[in-house]
Amino acid sequence: MRSAALAGPPVASAERPPPPSLWRTFPSRTLTFCLVELQKLSHDRTELFTRAVQPVLWLLIFGETFNRLHAIPTGSNSYLDFLAPGIIAQSGLFVAIFYGIQIIWERDAGVLNKLLVTPTPRAALILGKSFSAGIRALAQVVVVLVLSVILGVALTTNPLNIIGTFVVVMLGSAFFACLSMTIAGIVLKRDRLMGIGQMITMPLFFASNALYPIAVMPAWLRVLAYVNPLSYEVDALRGMLIGTPSHLPLDFAVLLVSVAVGVTTASSLVGRLAR
Amino acid sequence: MSAVAAAAVDVRGLRHRFGEHVAVDGIDLRVMPGEVFGLLGPNGAGKTTTIRVLNTLLPVQEGTVSIFGLDVRREQTAVRRLLGYVPQQLSIEAALTGRENVAWFARLFDVPRRERRTRVDDALEAMGLLDAADRLAGTYSGGMVRRLELAQALVNRPALLVLDEPTVGLDPVARGGVWERVEELRLATGMTVLVTTHYMEEADAMCDRVAMMHLGTIRAVGPPEELRRSLGPGASLEDVFRRETGNTLDGEEIGKGGLREIRRTRRTAGRVG
Repeated sequence: MRSAALAGPPVASAERPPPPSLWRTFPSRTLTFCLVELQKLSHDRTELFTRAVQPVLWLLIFGETFNRLHAIPTGSNSYLDFLAPGIIAQSGLFVAIFYGIQIIWERDAGVLNKLLVTPTPRAALILGKSFSAGIRALAQVVVVLVLSVILGVALTTNPLNIIGTFVVVMLGSAFFACLSMTIAGIVLKRDRLMGIGQMITMPLFFASNALYPIAVMPAWLRVLAYVNPLSYEVDALRGMLIGTPSHLPLDFAVLLVSVAVGVTTASSLVGRLAR
Repeated sequence: MSAVAAAAVDVRGLRHRFGEHVAVDGIDLRVMPGEVFGLLGPNGAGKTTTIRVLNTLLPVQEGTVSIFGLDVRREQTAVRRLLGYVPQQLSIEAALTGRENVAWFARLFDVPRRERRTRVDDALEAMGLLDAADRLAGTYSGGMVRRLELAQALVNRPALLVLDEPTVGLDPVARGGVWERVEELRLATGMTVLVTTHYMEEADAMCDRVAMMHLGTIRAVGPPEELRRSLGPGASLEDVFRRETGNTLDGEEIGKGGLREIRRTRRTAGRVG
């Protein structure tokens, strides 16, 4: 029995280590939640395959068909080249937009309360959880990238661009996970969040440049596409993966600001889930 | 921090409302370091609300609450560093192994990397889970899950261990196992334990002192044997509760815990059962 080893130093003792600074707490918590997500994935890999079905269908059926139709103007790139980065972004969106359901499940199971009683700032908790959604999305990115190569998509071989792709997917997924957790903090119930998630997923997807260029959209849809962070994610992915003209500084700036706003909003609401 | 010898828990005039409903109605409570203190009462008595305020999950709306001299309202993060918390629900991550579950909380409590593995193993061994540490927690029995939650709560070497209905839904053997571990811990570490329960016989056997809560107020406080003795030979804590409140634990006036609390209790009981 090693119970005695669990005796802590006296409360007022100098043996109790000083709390780490905030600048260490945030990356430490983010890494912790990402590690936990990787551990969960390593124990149950079925999700990697089941979640890969939808992007594969989009690329194989939608992509191949429209590639032959030449109905969508994509400049010097084939439609399949144009579509692949859009499907990568869509995969991240579809994973992240239902992440709020997980936090409601954790609320119901008591896990969220336990997490909130740890010395973890709420913003660090949300940031960690949102990037762990990005970890799940990355697993799908790898599947889509491999399939794209098999289908002959002219992907970059520059490792820096591939790393940049992962960063962009993490940021995009983190934002949509924050959006989902924000909605969770407002509606508080799983079935309501499911309904809202289903209601907003396809509009977010269609009101972006994932499937077609913004230039071919009607004026009202263009407005939506320009305020939709998914468009900036796709723009950055296309620039890095297939070399289309993009606006990387703007894309990164929009994604970073979106994540910051998302973390702030979701963390201000997470306490409602604990009550 | 006011003094080394500050009360582990010092609650004065605590009142907490949910809308119009007063869940905790101006209670005073003092738990001394090293005590095992039981908050007793049926669903809706205000036990869970009280400990949710103590562990910073709910704000202090009215009154003052301090943990080892730290003001819960102003020093939340410092208070959390002193706490180990096991909620009523079965709150483990079933898709992780037992060891991963405990290591997760070691990281969240900033246990230094060089000590982490030892501390995780110590916590698992103290709860009798070292042999099952590398199995997925989803395969654990109800009693093992509770002990894993205790290991998670202990990896921080907390000064105050807060247990919310730790034995709800467990069979008698598993209940005994959980209490046995808590008692061993208390003897070995001198840790303060605050536990809520509606099992009077368990509180009688395990707690140094108990407070009987009813409809948001504390009706009686003291060592169990003293409370029983005040009623005469052969009296039980349930008899004392009846004298103080005019009700039994399953009477109609009590148990106003609301659908959510009752559902939570049943869900936990169902999952462990």
